[in-house]
Amino acid sequence: MTLLSTSAQAAPPPRRRARSRLRTEAWAGWGFAGPFVAVFGLVFLAPIGYALYLSLFKDRLIGGTSFVGLDNYGEALTDPRFWDGLARVGLFLLVQVPVMLGIALLVALAIDSGRLYGKSFFRVAVFLPYAVPAVVASLIWGFIYGTRFGLVGNINDAFGVTLPDPLSPSLVLASIGNIVTWEFVGYNMLIFYSALKVVPRSLYEAAAIDGAGEWRIVTSVKLPAIRSALVIATIFSIIGSFQLFNEPSILQKLAPNAITSDFTPNLYTYSLSFAGQQHNYAATVAIVMGVITAIIAYTVQLRGMRKG
Amino acid sequence: MTTSLATTASTTSPAPAAAPAVPAAPAAGRRKRRPHTPLNPRPSIPLTVVTGLVLVYTLLPLAWLLVNATKDQNGLLDSFGLWFAEDTHFWDNITRTLTYDDGVFVRWLLNTLLYVAAGAGGATVLAVLGGYALAKYEFPGRRAVFAVVLGAVAVPGTALAVPTFLMFSNMGLTNTPWAVIIPSLISPFGLYLMWVFAAEAVPTELLEAARIDGAGELRTFFTIALPLLMPGTVTVLLFSMVATWNNYFLPLIMIKDPDWYPLTLGLNAWNAQAQTAGGEAVFDLIITGSLLTIVPIVAVFLLLQRFWQSGLAAGSVKE
Repeated sequence: MTLLSTSAQAAPPPRRRARSRLRTEAWAGWGFAGPFVAVFGLVFLAPIGYALYLSLFKDRLIGGTSFVGLDNYGEALTDPRFWDGLARVGLFLLVQVPVMLGIALLVALAIDSGRLYGKSFFRVAVFLPYAVPAVVASLIWGFIYGTRFGLVGNINDAFGVTLPDPLSPSLVLASIGNIVTWEFVGYNMLIFYSALKVVPRSLYEAAAIDGAGEWRIVTSVKLPAIRSALVIATIFSIIGSFQLFNEPSILQKLAPNAITSDFTPNLYTYSLSFAGQQHNYAATVAIVMGVITAIIAYTVQLRGMRKG
Repeated sequence: MTTSLATTASTTSPAPAAAPAVPAAPAAGRRKRRPHTPLNPRPSIPLTVVTGLVLVYTLLPLAWLLVNATKDQNGLLDSFGLWFAEDTHFWDNITRTLTYDDGVFVRWLLNTLLYVAAGAGGATVLAVLGGYALAKYEFPGRRAVFAVVLGAVAVPGTALAVPTFLMFSNMGLTNTPWAVIIPSLISPFGLYLMWVFAAEAVPTELLEAARIDGAGELRTFFTIALPLLMPGTVTVLLFSMVATWNNYFLPLIMIKDPDWYPLTLGLNAWNAQAQTAGGEAVFDLIITGSLLTIVPIVAVFLLLQRFWQSGLAAGSVKE
């Protein structure tokens, strides 16, 4: 931190450099960035290209693999199993993301306000679940949800009540939302808190002198100051929702009737290619999903940044 | 608003003597006590209580895990979930988790350590080198590299999974550690963080001075830039470590042989075994294994929190 504040001066104005200097920079720049770019090409760009290629073919039982053009895309766009899954993650996204980011923002503002007892403890403890693997988080919550030896079962026994089963088909989406919220509330809180920490304190002083109350400082100074952090957290959360896989995939073993193999688009892709051996169609569904995700993330970014 | 909250706090706190006790918090401890101002307000009990609800929500499942790791199967079924059973089986559970099925859990732990050391370690090296280059060198294609990498963040991991699996399968890499390690080497978020961090933390004048003194680019990097990049490097390393330690989807598709499972896949396999007819139900081992899985990574986070938190804050300076 101290290191940063001392070196935070702006970079010097661009100077005209000798041609040989530029050549050295080009060599050195590529030398340093080259390893990343090479591996990136292997694990990001090549698979995307390969997926595009795969999506143009169809593997039939009789006649083998044949070129079908955009047929797979036509099939995906009219596939009810794909659209049901997409609608499910869409609903999930609309409810879970605002709840999670809202809680994260409130905790970040509370810690930043300096009005909490033991704020360092809060910061670390709320962040802890981020270090817990999705597998373990889903197992813990899955057990807690359980009516046999979970907390839900305990409460039913202790009070002689019958709580609704969190793993039933009608509630399982909300139960997954709770797990995801638990996992990522601290991560988002930390993003917001880090952004709040670098807002110049003099702004608050100026606002206070102008007569702004604490709430007014939050809405008029703090929130606008961390707008870009809010937009980035929203985009990451949207991408995360569309990629929903780990939690439903693990809960599936505890609630096989509630979570179908096409519960989310990613589960669908996974079961298409690894249970159904339909690699070409799975690649197509993955591409369509990637395009939809990118469009929505990009739209949010444009809208989020525009008002600033 | 300020005053009303402040008065609530002082009336509900037992005595004015309670206020000086506040700087017990580590951050405030080093500071000289200052009068309460809008910039240094008095802590509020109502706000602490409300925020405390989130804390309870966060810690409750972890407490449940800790409590239930002390029970055997019967204890799990018979006792209340948030309190201990009559007899404790904690050490017994740990021993059985580590020795069950010829000690396969230890094998999974070693696999995970291998994936983390090679994957997260490599990812950090690549991100530091790449971020430094993007921040400090003008080279043709620099903008393109940055745009493509940032765009890649929006590509769903699973969109890549199927083609990556097929590609690696053709290359004979599936079912080997390489299938997990190679994709873990790329962290677009890490590159972004290092780029922002390097732009702020390494003054270009310092690099120029080193060059004028005759240092080559590599030497300048190792002696001048790298020490300045340390907080950012630790942050990227920790986030890559968590990502690799917790990875589930990638090994799930790449690894079929249980001998190469990481801990996450192993736990999932035990859970699946408990749910299949005829399979031995090992809920106690799953719970203790879950606890053993999160302890190392949580410990690393807590031990190094000063470093990664400063690195993260620095990374968000300019977005």
